[in-house]
Amino acid sequence: MSSKLVHAVYDDDDTLLHAVKDVKKANYRIEEVFTPFPVHGLDHAMGLASTRLAVTAFMYGILGFTVAILMINYIMIEDWPQNIGGKPSFSFLENMPAFVPVIFEMTVFFAAHLMVITFYLRSRLWPFKEAENPMPETTDDKFLMQVALSGDEKKLTSLLKKTGAIEVSIHENEQA
Amino acid sequence: MYTFAQRLKLTAFVLMGLGVIGLTIGFLSTPDTVAEAHALVADAHGGHGEDHGDAHATDMHDTAHDVHESSHDAGHGDTHDDAHGEHLLHQLQNRPWAALYVAIFFFFMIALGTLAFYAIQRAAQAGWSILLFRVMEAITAYLFPASVILFVFLVLTGAHANHLFVWMDAETVAHDEIIQAKVGYLNVPFFLVRAFIYLAGWNIYRYFSRKFSLAQDQARDIRNHKKNFRISAAFLVFFFVTESMMSWDWIMSLDPHWFSTLFGWYVLASMLVTAVTVIAMISIYLKSKGYLPKVNHSHLHDLAKFMFGLSVFWTYLWFSQFMLIWYSNIPEEVTYFLTRIEDYNLPFFGMVAMNFLFPLLILMSSDYKRSNWIIVMAGIVIILGHYIDIFNMIMPATVGDQWFIGWPEIGGFLFFAGLFIFIVFRALTKAPLEANGDPLVGESERFVY
Repeated sequence: MSSKLVHAVYDDDDTLLHAVKDVKKANYRIEEVFTPFPVHGLDHAMGLASTRLAVTAFMYGILGFTVAILMINYIMIEDWPQNIGGKPSFSFLENMPAFVPVIFEMTVFFAAHLMVITFYLRSRLWPFKEAENPMPETTDDKFLMQVALSGDEKKLTSLLKKTGAIEVSIHENEQA
Repeated sequence: MYTFAQRLKLTAFVLMGLGVIGLTIGFLSTPDTVAEAHALVADAHGGHGEDHGDAHATDMHDTAHDVHESSHDAGHGDTHDDAHGEHLLHQLQNRPWAALYVAIFFFFMIALGTLAFYAIQRAAQAGWSILLFRVMEAITAYLFPASVILFVFLVLTGAHANHLFVWMDAETVAHDEIIQAKVGYLNVPFFLVRAFIYLAGWNIYRYFSRKFSLAQDQARDIRNHKKNFRISAAFLVFFFVTESMMSWDWIMSLDPHWFSTLFGWYVLASMLVTAVTVIAMISIYLKSKGYLPKVNHSHLHDLAKFMFGLSVFWTYLWFSQFMLIWYSNIPEEVTYFLTRIEDYNLPFFGMVAMNFLFPLLILMSSDYKRSNWIIVMAGIVIILGHYIDIFNMIMPATVGDQWFIGWPEIGGFLFFAGLFIFIVFRALTKAPLEANGDPLVGESERFVY
């Protein structure tokens, strides 16, 4: 197994996207790509499996929907029935239109917040976590592609140079 | 170039033929006298009235209903029985006319909604939709014939060929102070003048945008494209004002006591979602026949996103209108929903399932939005759902609880569906299916979601 990584730095997202396609075509394994902003089509070019975050969002939405119904039913019907605008206060169904905004908001609230938390967990992010990106400039205006080194070192370096990399360097893989 | 498939043409004519039969039966079976009207109702729904009240009455409804009933009684006084028979007769006589009106308006609204959607694409200089422009232009070709039919219908109504609009009846207005206060706006000559202005404005835009669009195919510069951009922006300003007024005039004034400030938006949402659905379905049909080779899944995905989004938008407006009126529970406002909930329970709540729950659940997934048969299936439900939406807007004020989806309703729908198919697909044969001269067509061809 390779324990070395090649870092190729780009300064343009289009160049990077083409480079990723070329490197893929040459059968090298791309470990990770660091970019300052989401590059449209990059996940597709890298061949990443599509995210299942949408499925979790749907489930969280259902959860929020359920919680909202139980909550509002307890507050407004069971625990302390309130007469608002002359509406009958002992029936959930007949008061339902008034609860729709609450139910809607809770659904969105649950889906949004839990989805973000799930995303953080899945990406192994938490407060005070040390940054993993190998080059701070990738949070500014540079793009970095990590390629696993296999076979001829020179061949890969020249390939990366040809794809428009402004800087190519070889590093020890600390995680391996 | 598209050639009109013989089988589709035949289908269109068969639909029109069936529609004429349905409408004829509908018009011939209306009663002429009060006695006939009573006999007809006794036959059709024996004992319907009694169990109806029990089934739907709730505390809230009863309260409001009492108010409604007492004002009703006061208005009619001693002659209540006769007046009731007279009322019933008018409702039954209105039914085929109202059914015709629903069908005319529904298909007219598809063409108008498509025109607005098209103008938005033009004014926004959208890149993705250029390949669908010819489909949209073909749908808007139906606008002119539909406008003529609609205008003739409104003139006939103004000439008292039917009694759809209560405020057109001088006898009623004489006893109604609320309508009297609105006579400055709600009078037949002004009503027809307004209708003419709306229709003329929309048709003039359609004529010129089509002309410039075709001219752009041959042109070497983008002058026509720019002209289209400019007139589209101007049209949208005109459209959003006149569309709102059109919805007050042609639909909301059926209940002249009632008003809703977001009614124009509500009708617009119905219009746009149906229009986008029809654009998607015709594009899928043409693709399945081997036309529109450059239209890919991403274009259909975007249309399905619009179907999904506009369905939710429609629901938002439907619910906003409903909840505020339901909550405040003011008698003159809440009667609008009272008649719909008590007499139109199934279509009223059924359409919420068809126009909201079904598209919401089935079009939520990204993969489903790319599947042709799911778009078509959701599209059929959305189209029928919005037909029922228009039905719910027009029928309660014109036929009351004497509604039914029978000969005139189905006949009207089929006739105008046939006419719509015939005119739209004939218009498709008149120009190349790709607007190749458009400066943005390359962007549309390369469009990837």
